[in-house]
Amino acid sequence: MKVLAAMSGGVDSAVAAARAVEAGHEVVGVHLALSRMPGTLRTGSRGCCTVEDSMDAQRAANKIGIPFYVWDFSERFKQEVVDDFISEYQAGRTPNPCMRCNERIKFAALLEKALALGFDALCTGHYASIETDSNGNLELHRSLAMAKDQSYVLGVLNKQQLQHSLFPLGKAANKEDIRAEAKARELSVAQKPDSYDICFIPEGDTRDWLSDKIERTEGAIVDLEGNQLATHDGAIGFTVGQRKGLNLGKPSADGKPRYVLSIRPKENVVVVGPDEALLISELSGSKYSWCGEAPSNTTDWFDAEVQVRAHGLSHPCRVKVAGDQMVIALAEPIRGVSPGQTAVIYLGSRVLGQATIDKTVSAVMEQV
Amino acid sequence: MPVYLDHAATSPIRASVLELYIATLSEIGNPASVHSFGQHSRQILEQAREEIAKAINCDRNEVIFTSGGTESDNLAIKGIFWDVNSKEPNKKVIVSAAAEHHAVLDAINWLVDSQNAELYLIPSDDQGVLDIAALERYLEQNASRVALLSVMWANNEIGVIHPISEITKIAKSYQIPVHSDAIAALGHIPVDFAESGLAAMTITGHKLGGPVGSGALILRRDQKLTPVNHGGGQERNLRSGTSDASSAAALALTITEAVSEQEDLAQKHQIMTQRLIAGVKQIASDVIVSAEKAPRLPNNAHFRFPGCLGDSLLFLLDSDGVSISTGSACTAGVSGPSHVVLSLGASNDEAMGTLRITLGHSTKDQDIEAFLEVFPKAYQGAKKAGLTRR
Repeated sequence: MKVLAAMSGGVDSAVAAARAVEAGHEVVGVHLALSRMPGTLRTGSRGCCTVEDSMDAQRAANKIGIPFYVWDFSERFKQEVVDDFISEYQAGRTPNPCMRCNERIKFAALLEKALALGFDALCTGHYASIETDSNGNLELHRSLAMAKDQSYVLGVLNKQQLQHSLFPLGKAANKEDIRAEAKARELSVAQKPDSYDICFIPEGDTRDWLSDKIERTEGAIVDLEGNQLATHDGAIGFTVGQRKGLNLGKPSADGKPRYVLSIRPKENVVVVGPDEALLISELSGSKYSWCGEAPSNTTDWFDAEVQVRAHGLSHPCRVKVAGDQMVIALAEPIRGVSPGQTAVIYLGSRVLGQATIDKTVSAVMEQV
Repeated sequence: MPVYLDHAATSPIRASVLELYIATLSEIGNPASVHSFGQHSRQILEQAREEIAKAINCDRNEVIFTSGGTESDNLAIKGIFWDVNSKEPNKKVIVSAAAEHHAVLDAINWLVDSQNAELYLIPSDDQGVLDIAALERYLEQNASRVALLSVMWANNEIGVIHPISEITKIAKSYQIPVHSDAIAALGHIPVDFAESGLAAMTITGHKLGGPVGSGALILRRDQKLTPVNHGGGQERNLRSGTSDASSAAALALTITEAVSEQEDLAQKHQIMTQRLIAGVKQIASDVIVSAEKAPRLPNNAHFRFPGCLGDSLLFLLDSDGVSISTGSACTAGVSGPSHVVLSLGASNDEAMGTLRITLGHSTKDQDIEAFLEVFPKAYQGAKKAGLTRR
């Protein structure tokens, strides 16, 4: 196969590209330039966005012995990921930009370009594996390396995208093995630290980064009954479940801590309440997709598990499609889920599909 | 056989130059040393200076060896600005143009940002031709505030030739020194320093088959400038650093050969670029040939393909063994929209779909044929990839 290896400059994508070469594919490396004004050197725990990362990717490609190019996706990235991130916060939701990047840049814009240029598949360093079921259908599964499993952020992939994806690290047992392999291959990125933060937020402080992009006006922090407890300097950037930084002044009547329950951007109001009010029993969203083959019957409840954040646990649930909504009913309530987050549905280790959460139903009271 | 059509980025080293370069590298001696080894190296250095002076018609003392084009541009622009501005503080305007090389524009912008300089850009049209009447009008009003003028002899990306003598004539009446980056022009059109009326001129060797890292600033005898780097003052007390006799010798031979071949090569290149342009137009009917109506370098063809991405074209051609460029080579390997193409009034999208072909001393007819053979497939592929942009 002709394979385009997306190389961030990190150890995972470098080893993935090397494994693709060893598997006999004709591989070309590409680094995505996601900013027109990249920094020179890497700072903190961000991934891929500096000239240093680009050079690291190039050095790895040289070592592996494959051609290497840098493609400019900065405009698309800004439109599809950064602007979306800002407008989601503006709407009081909590977006996952890595998910959007996979959905709209890596496995959309980049994959489409690769296919148009004659490639058969896109190879990345994600920890997830693609398997074939007894009918020959492709399935996405969790990585064997559970601590590194990245199947969650790939939940947005559809059948066609799976057909053209290659995840050579899927069978990796753990990250240490990948680092050891990189070292054995004499790749200079073998000991490069992992990236955690959102790549386009330099200091890792989302609220601060948003502050000069979204106008903030003072508003009320209210309790569930609507009583004003304090003021905030702008509802944008609060996250459901947040406890710190509320500056409520006096404690609640029962002395228990209070948490952000919801954000109402139109009214510029932040609602706070007790821990138990964060418990959610049902999730739903109209923007859903199936990863590979869709289940044969989706209109009746079926048992599955749901994961709502990249490195979270999965929770037993029942799922069905009602009208234009994917509805997920949790077996046990879960805490602190915000609209904008993605719910990824699993059947065992298999990723079945995903929905961007529009609505949550509280386990203990009316939706706040 | 891979085909190399990116001589404006750098050109393969000439066999004669390589031989001389290696031979002189093994000579012992610092040209500044007084002993016989030093004197021997000095002899190589000064011989080179004389040869360059002869090839481009200047005084031997006007040749200041540097590490290349970027250093020469910085030395000329910062050095002349500092000298003029320190004597007459009201002279703070630098006149230049939007399509200049980054070594010129960024040096000027640094002076603007940190040294109180001001910038006036001579307007240009959609063919890249400078509006000389606008320059005249500007100088009529503002000449007393102008410290220097810097206009490239020919553009490295789109190949437009600028009327240097006409510009220096206008500037002369106001006693404004003129600098020109002549890197893209030298070896491809006649370049005569004494005739040009320039105060300073940047040249380099590696675009003509010399080694990278050897260049010169040609600075008129009576033109003062403040040095950028300080040290031993080896080059006319204006540029410090141990003189590199072997680089100088290699540069001199490169320029001597390039200048003596210039006329024949230009004729040959002219025919090749015409063939290229005709061949490309046949396949891509909507192609825009940049600066087609302007006076152009014979070795440059620059295309804009609506709906195509330059990086896709580059990738597909490279996969087929043909190396071209989307514009000027750049550090991070990111091909953003070119400021030169934007200066023609092209849209951002149009500026992303560019392809530059530049010919050099080693270009053969079969290179052009090889390009034209693989181009149709690459063009179709890049067009298809362009459609994936939403």
